[in-house]
Amino acid sequence: MSNATSSGTLTGSHYLDGDHACSEGAIAAGCRFAAGYPITPSTEVVERLAQRFPFVGGRFLQFEDELAASIALLGGAWGGAKACTVTSGPGFSLMMEHIGLAAITETPCVFINVQRAGPSTGLPTQPAQGDMMQARFGSHGDYRLIALCPNSPQECFDLTFEAFNMAEEYRVPVLVMLDEVVGHMTEKVVIPEDEELEVTERRWTKKPPGEFKLFAPAEGSLVPEMVKPGDGYRIHVTGLTHDERGYPKMTVPEHEKMQMRLWNKIVLNADKIVKYEAKDLDDAEVVVISYGITSRIAERAMKQARDAGVKVGSFRLITAWPFPEKEILQLSKKVKAFVVPELNLGQMVLEVQRIVEGRTKVIPVPHVGGTVHDPQVILNAIVGAVR
Amino acid sequence: MSAPVKENPVNKYLRMERMPSIWCPGCGIGTTVNCFARALDESKIPLDNLAVVSGIGCTGRVAGYLNADSFHTTHGRAIPFATGLQLARPDLKVVVYSGDGDLSAIGGNHFIHAARRNADLLVVMVNNFTYGMTGGQVTPTTFRPAIASTTPYGAFEQTFNMPMLADSCGAVYVARWTAYHVKQLAKSMAEALSKRGFRFIEIAAPCPTLYLRRNKLGEGLDEMKFYKEMSVIRNGVDTREVALDYRKEITVGKFVDRERPTLEDAMDQRYKEALGAKYVPYVSPGAAKSQA
Repeated sequence: MSNATSSGTLTGSHYLDGDHACSEGAIAAGCRFAAGYPITPSTEVVERLAQRFPFVGGRFLQFEDELAASIALLGGAWGGAKACTVTSGPGFSLMMEHIGLAAITETPCVFINVQRAGPSTGLPTQPAQGDMMQARFGSHGDYRLIALCPNSPQECFDLTFEAFNMAEEYRVPVLVMLDEVVGHMTEKVVIPEDEELEVTERRWTKKPPGEFKLFAPAEGSLVPEMVKPGDGYRIHVTGLTHDERGYPKMTVPEHEKMQMRLWNKIVLNADKIVKYEAKDLDDAEVVVISYGITSRIAERAMKQARDAGVKVGSFRLITAWPFPEKEILQLSKKVKAFVVPELNLGQMVLEVQRIVEGRTKVIPVPHVGGTVHDPQVILNAIVGAVR
Repeated sequence: MSAPVKENPVNKYLRMERMPSIWCPGCGIGTTVNCFARALDESKIPLDNLAVVSGIGCTGRVAGYLNADSFHTTHGRAIPFATGLQLARPDLKVVVYSGDGDLSAIGGNHFIHAARRNADLLVVMVNNFTYGMTGGQVTPTTFRPAIASTTPYGAFEQTFNMPMLADSCGAVYVARWTAYHVKQLAKSMAEALSKRGFRFIEIAAPCPTLYLRRNKLGEGLDEMKFYKEMSVIRNGVDTREVALDYRKEITVGKFVDRERPTLEDAMDQRYKEALGAKYVPYVSPGAAKSQA
């Protein structure tokens, strides 16, 4: 790590696992506050932050549990720091409380979840993609957020970096949803020079106290600007339904106004947020929709299918949430079938089915987790789809 | 001709546009807030440097009435939020203001760990011996055999002695007062505000609507008379001897006042010792004001 730049960015080519690459993505994005609690298979992320932060002016603290870590994160974020926490299934369940608080208080922050097989303690050291719906719906009430799914250590760096930028852009919690295999696989990770990394800074307001409202959208935007405590604005931040000043206002019209903006700032900006990787779609009759480690396994099945003359294409989700609804809808009008392998018993496939509305076949390829799919199972589904 | 009306000196510490508060007539929480405002006045801490964090419940609403940067967080989690805020913003004075249910039940784990690690927080706990906001349920401080809505035949569990808990975990300042002791409380709050590290002040306060009424103990004023008659000031007494009991003597006073490195100091010290000149200390984002 001797080649870290004065900013802390570990510029250069490295051989890193996905967990460590997340830590480096966070540091490169300007994260200087992290709160954590140990949990397999995510602990390496905070271990590296604990090791690296004293050299880059960052503060890390291991808290007494995930409830504490996930709200200390919000305390750090409101203090003005770029902040993250890291966990896996059982801890992610505990953190739901503060994903909700982050959503309603519009706190820019990043949660990294290295998924393992559940429910409950499940298979602590083995992979799954079983938290995808929890990522979307896990905290009570209606809210929207952003969830990203890296499929390589390089993307762990890239998307963790991007997660911090998106958190600032939309004032939302952004979830980086790894799985155990991506978290623990070691590959080449290229970290750019600082000049090539576009960091989104917090949108500090230029309005003076008295004119500024912490929860009023900025002009031409659905997202409010921010201030820090200590700057004389005397802000109030509450998890209750609140007005634009942040004061509790528990009426139906105020609730609707607040809820709809929280909803729309993601829904109406989905085109700008959605990311995916498409391959061989031009002539595709079958499209495999996959994400995370499953996309790497599906690659082999797709190659074998192409070799056997099946016109198969790939649509890899990079943002799971918001879901690329428009793109899947368009594809559904021209392909014969979608094949959706995932390391759960059917989660993101429900979203595909919802959007496709029976226009074309949707073939789930579920797997309970603990291992990745056998590519042959995915291949069989692809071949079966055009038969 | 009447004398010109002077503004109440505590008004500037409150968000007057949010008055009246939600608190019931006779409730002790407002009295403690008045004391806190006077403590701020006395300690001369610039209001801009103060951040107040509350959890959930009647006392959880305090943050929203103080004219400071304020955070109304989740149930029981005010302390870890405040710890995160303080670590990220060592230039701020961070105060946690919450109730007995919030701090001693759902937030109990955070309380002991913040005291153990000596997080640089003043924690004010208004102890009204019940969950007021939800209608008067039993808390870890409800005495045997007081009636609560969830102990309709009387409470049967041993209560926490919160000063002893804070002391045994390493708090550097521990005091207890009642809502009757307004002068002593304001002085104690000012003193605690001027110290660093985990400071804890417990305030026994009447909840006339739920706790007093349900236990046929009279109105808020009756409880103040009870506090006046039953309180004994014993500064410096061993916290093992300050446990409260139902309708018995109330030991009040400053029990603990000592020095110990704060969490932040200990963290910095360790890194300096381990890493020497390579250590890059954290720079508070507060160094740069929001406005460009």
